[in-house]
Amino acid sequence: MGAYFKEIFTGTKSLFVGLGITIKQMLTVKVVTEQYPHEAPRMKARFRGHIELNPNEDGGTKCIVCGMCQRSCPSGCITVQGEKREGVKGKVLTKYQLDFTKCSLCGICVESCRPGAIRFSKDYNLASTRKEDYVFDLLKRLEEMNK
Amino acid sequence: MNKAAIDNQETFVLNLGPQHPATHGVLRVKLTMDGEYIVHAEPVLGYIHRMHEKMAENRTWAQYMPNTGRMDYLSALSYNHGYAAVVERAMGIEVPERAEYLRVITVELNRISSHLVWFGAFILDLGGFTPLLYAFDDREKILDLLESVTGSRLTYCYFRFGGVYNDIDENFVDGTREFIKTMRKSIPMYHDLVTKNIILMKRLNDIGPISKETIRKYGATGPVARGSGIDYDVRKNEPYSIYPEFDFDVPVYHEGDSMARYMVRMDEIEQSMRIIEQALDKLPDGPVMVAKAPKIIKPPKGDYYQAVEAARGSFGIRMVSDGTNKAYRLKLRSPTFSNLSLFSEACEGMLLPDALALMGSLDLVIPEIDR
Amino acid sequence: MDSELIRVIAFLVGIIAFAALNAAYLVWLERKGAAHIQRRIGPKEVGPFGLLQPMVDGLKLMSKQILIPDGVDPILFRLAPILAMIPAIMSFVTIPFSETLAARNLNIGLLMIFAFASVNVLALLLGGWASNNKYALISAVRSVSQNVAYEIPMLVTVITMVMITGTLNLNEIVAQQPNISQWYIFRFSASPLMPVAFFILFICSLAETNRAPFDLGEAESELVAGYHTEYSSMGFGLFFMGEYANIVIGCSLSVILFLGGWQDPFGLFPGVWWFLIKLYLLIFTVIWIRWTYPRTQIYGLLNLSWKILIPISMFNLLLTAGFLKVF
Repeated sequence: MGAYFKEIFTGTKSLFVGLGITIKQMLTVKVVTEQYPHEAPRMKARFRGHIELNPNEDGGTKCIVCGMCQRSCPSGCITVQGEKREGVKGKVLTKYQLDFTKCSLCGICVESCRPGAIRFSKDYNLASTRKEDYVFDLLKRLEEMNK
Repeated sequence: MNKAAIDNQETFVLNLGPQHPATHGVLRVKLTMDGEYIVHAEPVLGYIHRMHEKMAENRTWAQYMPNTGRMDYLSALSYNHGYAAVVERAMGIEVPERAEYLRVITVELNRISSHLVWFGAFILDLGGFTPLLYAFDDREKILDLLESVTGSRLTYCYFRFGGVYNDIDENFVDGTREFIKTMRKSIPMYHDLVTKNIILMKRLNDIGPISKETIRKYGATGPVARGSGIDYDVRKNEPYSIYPEFDFDVPVYHEGDSMARYMVRMDEIEQSMRIIEQALDKLPDGPVMVAKAPKIIKPPKGDYYQAVEAARGSFGIRMVSDGTNKAYRLKLRSPTFSNLSLFSEACEGMLLPDALALMGSLDLVIPEIDR
Repeated sequence: MDSELIRVIAFLVGIIAFAALNAAYLVWLERKGAAHIQRRIGPKEVGPFGLLQPMVDGLKLMSKQILIPDGVDPILFRLAPILAMIPAIMSFVTIPFSETLAARNLNIGLLMIFAFASVNVLALLLGGWASNNKYALISAVRSVSQNVAYEIPMLVTVITMVMITGTLNLNEIVAQQPNISQWYIFRFSASPLMPVAFFILFICSLAETNRAPFDLGEAESELVAGYHTEYSSMGFGLFFMGEYANIVIGCSLSVILFLGGWQDPFGLFPGVWWFLIKLYLLIFTVIWIRWTYPRTQIYGLLNLSWKILIPISMFNLLLTAGFLKVF
């Protein structure tokens, strides 16, 4: 009999304590959500967006077309092509294509690049309705960045 | 009740289908019900089988690291740790001390974030919508901290063979201490709002009891086992990395009901915070990657095993290497698979909402079961 | 035109408008209240503070196709939402918003409200049965057992109140509570357990309207959406509006019986504003309770009614009878 009343009493008290907590959250705690279209978030320095070519001082690329990124990618989404031009030491990059539909943002390509020619970008607004939009031509992106 | 009902053909089959708000992931459970009571439950798995073990045979050792973050996406760093540790054990690589400390700090932060997700989702299943958002607000701070170090928010690929990828800076240390202070204020609030609430106590006390024999029979580990009185934690019983240097308790409750499993996980959050504090105090300087990192990973031939304590139990990796740069066989021992196996025995004769409370307290992540 | 006819039509339009606007804007209040409890902002894009959100939601509901599944009972399926909405609107007829603002000053006003509340149970059962859906039937049956179990303490408490007030006329009941010391919730001379009676009435009205934490019938009851699974567009809209109208009725009943209706605490200038303030404070409490507690289990719910609320309310009844006789 005593346990019955004790349970009613502690139970009711716990209910009021719970109500007190939520009303305190409502009245005193500020809103923690970001209002997205009105305030866009800033990404941290190490944020992993898709990769992009790292420009050197002239605006060109540091890529030496060794193909390490292409070989080390677990998903096979990088295609690198270069050609040997006369008067220029080493290969010149002609095509750098990233198939973002397969990329898992693991970063093995960035880590394995010796000259440091690729880096993570900070792009996150990538929604699209067509699959073709996700095959990035990184050389074209580098040229647009330089303009 | 059961036998007579089955013999009289009074039961009907209810399909808790792959799409369901209460099973976290694509789990299908075929329930044979007698009215509102469950007579027989049969989990059907395989809806998200992605062949991770086969992928290991087609990728080099270093290329497989991102896969380990995708298996159990909520506590991905523990899986990274297991894989890195087993390959390092095979090749005899020794990890520098600072890297070991960073590994422990980030793994424990990940454990706290996994338990916060479990807490929110469990109470959501029971009908309380608000604690989910409070838990996710606390979890945002962890995710921001880990993003500033690793670059990812959920599926981390941070560990490497011989250390970790990036070093931390002062902001991370200050941010973590700040987070621990905030979390220590939030946990009593969760206990007042949720644990001591009479409605929740009626829904969890004495619901879904699992006996020690059942746990031993199915090999369940982690908070499920510790909630029924079995004192087994891989960090204490089979120590790895630098866990022996830290002073922490392993919470064990003996009742075996859903409330015990709930309390084990809430206490584990506090213990993880203790480990993080000790690690931050003792953090040594030094390199975060071993000096002569091997360029080509080719573990010697043999059979190696390493178990780590993930948020859901003991995660084991068994690797069989034949000396080439790809694995011959990689077997992943998933803790949730063993935890789910005891569901069909434990839920006989229970009401359906009670069985769902039991499933929630087992903390299932289906992609980890199906790998 | 007869002035009586004009009055009837004016009240008819007024009551339907009040019920409809309440149903719409209580949704807005619930979403905003839930959001601020959960550390976020609710609707804010549509109109200032999201005030036009219920309008656009209503437009969306009305533009959806009304799906009638195969094999449902044709009359009962269409009748159930109507039966859910009509009793709530009818009960507004007797509620006194202020001294002069009552559609009909019935001498059996209180009894009429309870009569209509019982019809609500029928609407749930018809909705579940006519849907030709195993799971809707199970949850409808659960809701019926819950409603029946919670009508009993509610009626016992109301009988206690009637013993004190001596009348079933709602306007007179309010007139008997001129200032705050006379409000029946503080009427300790009638029974020391008056606040307890208020809580019992409040909890029972939460359970009668299938509102959290007693919402096993409807909200993601771990399996399906309950008795209104098969309804779409305005069928669902009518159930929804009926639920909010029932909340308003339940809260106004608590305000009238215990908190003094349209009287103000000092007895100086009563008016309709006091009634609305008290009513909306109680409705906010209903919303507050929903977002704080998890759901009870079916046997916990029935235990609460049969083992706790009924003994306490019966005891209160006997105590009040004793006190009234003696003092």
